[in-house]
Amino acid sequence: MLHIEDLWVDVHGKEVLKGIDLHIGKGETHCLFGRNGSGKTTLLMTIMGFDGYQVKHGKIMFKGEDITHMPLNERARLGLGLSFQRPPTLRGVKLRDMLRLCGNGSDKGVQLAIEYGFESFLDREVNLGFSGGEIKKSELLQLLSQNPDLTLLDEPESGVDVENLNVIGDMIRRLLEKDKHRNRTKSGLIITHTGFILNYVTADRGHVMLDGRLVCHGNPIDIFERIQQNGYEECAKCQF
Amino acid sequence: MSVLENIKNEEELLKKFKPADQAQSVKDLSELDQEEVLRLKKTGVDLDAKNRLGTFLQTNCGVVSCSCHVQGVEMLPITEALKKYNGLSDYYWKLIDPDKDVFTREAREHLDNGYFIRAKKGQKVVYPLQACLYIRNDNVSQRVHNIVVAEEGSELHIITGCTTHPHLTSGLHIGISEFYVKKGAKLIFTMVHNWAEEVYVRPRTAVVVEEGGTFLSNYVSLKGVKSVQSFPTCTLKGKGAIARFNSVIVAPEGSYIDTGSRIILDAPETRGEIISRTISYGGHIIARGHLVGKAPDIKAHLECQGLMLGQKGIIHAIPELEAHVPDVDMSHEAAVGKIAKEEIEYLMARGLSEEDATSTIVRGFLNVKIEGLPKELDDELQKAVEECRKGM
Repeated sequence: MLHIEDLWVDVHGKEVLKGIDLHIGKGETHCLFGRNGSGKTTLLMTIMGFDGYQVKHGKIMFKGEDITHMPLNERARLGLGLSFQRPPTLRGVKLRDMLRLCGNGSDKGVQLAIEYGFESFLDREVNLGFSGGEIKKSELLQLLSQNPDLTLLDEPESGVDVENLNVIGDMIRRLLEKDKHRNRTKSGLIITHTGFILNYVTADRGHVMLDGRLVCHGNPIDIFERIQQNGYEECAKCQF
Repeated sequence: MSVLENIKNEEELLKKFKPADQAQSVKDLSELDQEEVLRLKKTGVDLDAKNRLGTFLQTNCGVVSCSCHVQGVEMLPITEALKKYNGLSDYYWKLIDPDKDVFTREAREHLDNGYFIRAKKGQKVVYPLQACLYIRNDNVSQRVHNIVVAEEGSELHIITGCTTHPHLTSGLHIGISEFYVKKGAKLIFTMVHNWAEEVYVRPRTAVVVEEGGTFLSNYVSLKGVKSVQSFPTCTLKGKGAIARFNSVIVAPEGSYIDTGSRIILDAPETRGEIISRTISYGGHIIARGHLVGKAPDIKAHLECQGLMLGQKGIIHAIPELEAHVPDVDMSHEAAVGKIAKEEIEYLMARGLSEEDATSTIVRGFLNVKIEGLPKELDDELQKAVEECRKGM
């Protein structure tokens, strides 16, 4: 599904990613751990193709196509989706219309919003006055509407209260087709600080990023437990 | 430019145009061709519509149609109303000083016509009435005076479309409007300007709202115009009165639009709101807003948002708050700039092209909730969004 080879990326002239190799297979979910500022978000933004993330070296292959220099919207059309951590407010654009835009005119997102008890937000302006948890729900509904093959999630649990973690977890499981045990086609890459999301979504593999490099790979739960016990320093001497 | 020079220019402006009474007027609606009917429709005036309770249509100086199907609502050409009601001494030139400037003087001395609309006490009108001030010949100056009275407890919605013939380029429109919203009454006034490239527009509007009354004004101008200068003033003089002004203005290259609204909150517990959304894709916009708090426990808010599309053009937002007593709650929010890149990228990440993302944002920007906006106008708004995008 996604294949990254020796990826070096600059942001505002500063080298942030320093030779990333990553392979995510069809139907797999990977987790990305790491300190603030280690480059996790940069990796997601670069995969998605945002302006300002300058690829200096290496390449990104998605579904067999080299997307390293492909425009953002074409990557989305090819099947990449990203949930924003701090999305902008779209004045005058209702969530209902946004969900239709994401779904290429389909009403699926609106139906899901109703199913998840988010109906009262449909006629509100996108992200205007939304709480942290509401933003997450709105983002995930947009993604469910968009139906990407590879979903990039940046701290989906941050700002969400315990009660709503269930809902967020359910939405992510749905996005990643976690109910399918065979022939699953949807893949995911999730940044998590707290690891809470692992209680709701099973992940196949974890990676630790330290200073722009992926230093450790393995079972996400094992990695997370080790980080909790020993901090990120230990990861530098990857045990797995 | 000095004030003196400016006055001289305004006087010159008057001389440039031929008075409307020297141009031929239409006698009957059937004289208007399809293209003209469509033009009026796009200005919010639908001659075939079933959901309009009355129609007033003036071409140049002549009133072609003046009919209202509801009892309790009176609609007359102002010249007739002046005769019928002994010069409308309670209303005519009571809110606006005829010596205010060259245009008010011109309208007093050479009145072409205009409308008088009055909703009688307690009369609530469900559908809007429509009025159209139409300049049909080139190089004509049209001078109108409108008076609207919403008597105690009444409700009235008026759509006024001001436009020119589809093939005409130049003209001058002078419009004096005096509106009276009495105790507990509500007046919704939607004004659509659909002018041409060489048209000068000088409306002079004043409104007074009594206790518990509500005045809602919507102003839409999406097409090119040479120059507009207007600054309607609404005085809330009774306790608990409310005024709200919404404006949606798009200025293409060559347009100069100096407009805004003033609300004088002159009685306790009154509320005022001014919201303007302006877009320049080459034109010069001055977006004014002035809230004057003169009584305790008033609340008022002003919002001026401007979007600069394209390299040329000017948006000059002038929000003003003026408090005369301590117990007032007045605020303003003004922002002018281009579309934020992160908003475009947000939509592109959902698969929209850059053009579609831009259109979506511009459409959202112009999406001020306008009560009772006719559908044809909504379509025009969509078209204007596309024009803006192309003009970027």
